[in-house]
Amino acid sequence: MKHTLSVLLQNKPGALSRVTGLFSGRGFNIESLCVAETLDPKVSCMTLVTRGDDAIVEQITKQLHKLIDVIKVTDITEGEFVEREMVLIRVKAEATTRAEVLRIIDIFRGKVVDVSPTTYTVEITGPESKIKAVIDILRPIGIKEIIRTGTIAMARAPKN
Amino acid sequence: MSKITGSQAIIKCLQEEGVDTIFGFPGGAVIDLYDELLDSDIKHVLVRHEQGAVHAADGYARATGKVGVALLTSGPGATNGVTGIATAYMDSIPVVVFTGQVPRALIGNDAFQEVDIVGITRPCTKHNYLVSDPDELVATIREAFYLASSGRPGPVLIDLPKDVVASMMSFPEKKPIKMKTYQPTVDPHPGQVEKACKACLKAKRPVLYIGGGVILSNANKELTELAEKLSIPVTMTLMGLGGFPGTNPLSLGMLGMHGSYASNMAVAKSDLLISVGARFDDRVTGRLDAFAPHAKIIHIDIDPTSISKNVDVDIPIVADCKHALRAMNSWFDDSKQFDRKVIKEKHKPWVEQVNQWNEKHPLTYHEEGDIIKPQYVIEVLNTLTGGDAIITTEVGQNQMWAAQFYKFNEPRRLLTSGGLGTMGYGLPAAIGAKLAFPDKTVIDVAGDGSIQMNIQELATARQYNAPVKVAILNNGYLGMVRQWQELFYNKRYSATIMEITPDFVELAKAYGAVGLRATKKDEVEPVIKEALATDKLVIMDFAISREEGVFPMVPAGKATTEMLLV
Repeated sequence: MKHTLSVLLQNKPGALSRVTGLFSGRGFNIESLCVAETLDPKVSCMTLVTRGDDAIVEQITKQLHKLIDVIKVTDITEGEFVEREMVLIRVKAEATTRAEVLRIIDIFRGKVVDVSPTTYTVEITGPESKIKAVIDILRPIGIKEIIRTGTIAMARAPKN
Repeated sequence: MSKITGSQAIIKCLQEEGVDTIFGFPGGAVIDLYDELLDSDIKHVLVRHEQGAVHAADGYARATGKVGVALLTSGPGATNGVTGIATAYMDSIPVVVFTGQVPRALIGNDAFQEVDIVGITRPCTKHNYLVSDPDELVATIREAFYLASSGRPGPVLIDLPKDVVASMMSFPEKKPIKMKTYQPTVDPHPGQVEKACKACLKAKRPVLYIGGGVILSNANKELTELAEKLSIPVTMTLMGLGGFPGTNPLSLGMLGMHGSYASNMAVAKSDLLISVGARFDDRVTGRLDAFAPHAKIIHIDIDPTSISKNVDVDIPIVADCKHALRAMNSWFDDSKQFDRKVIKEKHKPWVEQVNQWNEKHPLTYHEEGDIIKPQYVIEVLNTLTGGDAIITTEVGQNQMWAAQFYKFNEPRRLLTSGGLGTMGYGLPAAIGAKLAFPDKTVIDVAGDGSIQMNIQELATARQYNAPVKVAILNNGYLGMVRQWQELFYNKRYSATIMEITPDFVELAKAYGAVGLRATKKDEVEPVIKEALATDKLVIMDFAISREEGVFPMVPAGKATTEMLLV
C-alpha cells in the first residue's frame, strides 16, 4: 500500500543522504521524494512516498525517527490530507493537433509555459491521479519529454 | 574569554569526559593534535593498524562500560578504522572515533589522503559529524560522547579538518545536553509493565531470552532478581552471556545456531518468551515461523526499531532494560496476586522439563585419546581462571567454543564481535581490556586463521605492557567455513585450508612474547598454568583435533529444534 510520509529534519549537510541511505541500505523503496526548507530555515520538510505493508511502513517510520537529524515523522496517509504534484510536459503540437492539445490542457486547468513551432510545454498541477490522467490522454498525441516534481502533501486542518 | 587552539579544546573535552586512554595512529591530518597530546596526561596507545585502534577502544568500552576513544588520520587511516566502527555499531558499543580530514579548502578536491569518511561511515555509525566551523567543535565533541553513551549506545565519528583543529576558539562551559531530535525513552510505560507482569503470572512455561542490552544497561542484578523471583529459566544470546550467571541452576546457556539443546527446546515449547535487550537476530531465531511458535512475546528494548522488526511482539516495552526490569520487580513485590511460593510450584514441572533436556543433551564432545579437543582447552581455561577472566574471542569456531564452554558468571567478561562477526577482533580488544584492568587476566581465544588478521597488535601489547594471553586453537583450517563445507558442500574444502601458518611459538619470540605449545591433551593444563603464572605476553598454540565441529548446530534456515547434535 502507498504511504506518504512527511518528515521534518534538520537542514544540515548530509541529512538528506542519511534518509536516502537508510532506504537503500535497508531495502525500502522510495517512489518520490520532495524536500525544501520550511518557515524555519534550520528545518527542512521532506515528503516521501513509499510502498509497503503495515509492518514495513512501521519499520520505516521508526528507523527514520532513529536518525539523529530527524525531528518528526508523520504518516499523513493515516488521516485526511491534500497532495499535489506538478508536471511539465513537452507535447507535440503540430498544425493538426495544436488546437486539441490546448483543449485538453484547458480541461485539466493546465498552462502553456513554452511554445516552439512543433511543441507546447505545459504545466499541470494536481494529485497523482490527475497527473496520470493527463499523461494518458496526451500520450497518443506524442509526449516528447516529461518532468515530474514528485508529490508534496499536507494533512488537512482540523475542521472544528 | 581567552581563546585556545582546536587541539587544546579537543584534549580538554576528552578530560572533561573522563577519558584516560585513547588508541590511535598518527598522520599528517592529525599531527597538530598529536603534538598537543604529548603535553597532556591522556595515555595514547600507538597501535600497528587502525582497525586495531578501534577494536581496542571497543574492547576498552565493553570491559569498562565507559566510552572508548580512537584517533585516526585522514584517508587510509580512517578507512582502515571502518571495520572497527561497523563492529561496534552492530554490537551497540559506545565508541567515539576522531578522524583527521584535509583542510576545509581542499575538501572535495581529491587531496592527498582525502576520503569522505562521513559518507562512508554514515550507515555504520549512530551518528557522525564533519566539523566545518571551529566554533562548533567543542559542542560537537560533547554531543558525540552523549550520543555514543546514551540510549542504545553506538559508535560516533567526528571528522576534523586540519585547519579547524589549528584554529583558535573559545571553550564554553559545559551544560547539560538537550537535543530536540534525540530523546531516548528510558523509563517503561507503567501500563505495559503491568501487562507484562500479568502475562508472567499467567504463564506456565516462561523463558527469559536476554541479550547484550542487559549488559549495556548494567541490568544483570535486576535480571537475576526477576528470574529467581519467578523461577524462570534464562537463555542468553552470544552478546548476553554474563548477563545472568552461567552457573546458576536456571541458566540454559546460549540459544540459537550453536545454542544448547535445552535453550532451543525451551524457547520452542515456551508459552511466554520474555526478551530483554535482544533483537531476534537470524542466528538466534533460525526459521522465523518456527521460533517460539506457541509463545506470547514480551520485548524490552530501548530501541523501538528492534521491536517487531523480525518477530511480532505482543507486549512491547520501550525502555532501558535496567529500568524496565526494576519496574517489573517492584510490581511483583507490591502485587497481591504474586506469591513467590505459588509461582515456584507452578513453574516446577517446566523447570524440571528444561533440566531433563539439559541432562539428555548437555553441551559435550567426544574424547579422542591424547588428541587435544578445543572444548577441553576452554574447560581448562575456565577451571584455572575460576571463570573470572576477561575472555575476548576472534570469530568462528573458537568464538562458539568459548561461548559454550566458558562459564560467564559476570557481565563484561566476554568481549566478542557478535553482530558483525569480525575476525581479528579478539587481540586488539584484549589489549583494550587489559589496559583498563591491568590486574585482570585477559585471554584472547583465537583460531589460527583469525589471529593472523590483526596479529601485528602483539607489538602494541608489548610496547604498552598489556600482557594478554592468546590461546590459539590451531586446526590448520578456517574451521567454521570448513565445518559448513563438510556438512553442506560434500567436504569440498574450497579455500579453507591454511597450508602455511607461521610457527606461533617462534612468532611469539620474534615479538618478545612467550610462546608455548601443546600437541597432546596432557600438555594443555601445564601450558595454561605456565601462561597464567607469567606476567608476560603469551601465545599458546594448541594443536587441536583438526576436523572438530561446533555442536549443537542448527543449519541455516532450519527451525532451531532441528539441531545437529554431537
